[in-house]
Amino acid sequence: MDRVPVLKIGDILLVSIQVDMDDNTALALQDTLTERIVETSAHGVIIDITALDIVDSFIGRMLSTIASVSRVLDAETVVVGMRPAVAITLVELGLSLTGVRTALNVERAMELLELSRPARASSLSVVGDGLDVFDDDSPVA
Amino acid sequence: MYPAAAPQQVNLVPIVRDDDVVRVRQAVRTAALAAKLSLVDQTKLVTAASELARNTLIYGGGGRAEIEQADNGRKRGVRVVFADEGPGIADLELAMTDGYTSGNGMGLGLSGARRLVDEFDIDTAAGRGTRITVTKWAR
Ligand SMILES: Nc1ncnc2c1ncn2[C@@H]1O[C@H](COP(=O)(O)OP(=O)(O)O)[C@@H](O)[C@H]1O
Ligand SMILES: [Mg+2]
Repeated sequence: MDRVPVLKIGDILLVSIQVDMDDNTALALQDTLTERIVETSAHGVIIDITALDIVDSFIGRMLSTIASVSRVLDAETVVVGMRPAVAITLVELGLSLTGVRTALNVERAMELLELSRPARASSLSVVGDGLDVFDDDSPVA
Repeated sequence: MYPAAAPQQVNLVPIVRDDDVVRVRQAVRTAALAAKLSLVDQTKLVTAASELARNTLIYGGGGRAEIEQADNGRKRGVRVVFADEGPGIADLELAMTDGYTSGNGMGLGLSGARRLVDEFDIDTAAGRGTRITVTKWAR
């Protein structure tokens, strides 16, 4: 079973999926990421899937789960690098990737996470679907 | 006319472990490239194969994939059979419904795979195992 490395850049975690993952590797990544979000108090997670030539319902569910779990832990997840053929196939498969934000590349994802930062720092509320519990830890410069 | 496909043997990939699903994906990709499927069609076929191979493993208790080049005299394509000697599917209509799972999946494997290929044939009955044949043609 291959391990997927998780990089930390400021308060953002960056994961580049490099291999054709088997299901156990995908589940391990989900657990590792959750632990790392808590350990590092990360405010953003970027998952780069440029290397993935397919996303099936298992990987799709992994992405959705990471997005919802990270949101509960006050981190926003952005998936980057989805190939056009993968996007087309996902739609026909019937997978909607609920709650998963996407961006073209890592730079765009960084910008997106930067933009969503002031809102999260200033609010102490339960919003939207009732899952987004924002805390007001540290004021952002 | 197109150049006739070289005679191909059936590529048999056993499905008994998690990483066999990865091997099925890779073998189907290779066959799809050889049949000159477009990138989108390759992606659709490999995704369908991933779903069906996982079902063979999880619900069929293991089995095999048989991958071969197809040729109907007009077009080339790839045909893949997923076969197991597991419990079979008692209620096929229910199993083919979007969102239905008897386990903890998303219930999109069977119904989604059918949408992603050109031909989808399923032979199953309670206690008799499951055999699914899918074909994707080059356009
Ligand atoms: N090879 C198989 N043998 C027995 N049952 C199967 C097989 N493949 C699929 N099924 C049944 O069909 C249901 C739907 O399959 P699928 O659409 O792939 O959804 P999921 O894998 O998420 O459960 C499964 O939950 C299972 O009950
Ligand atoms: Mg399935």
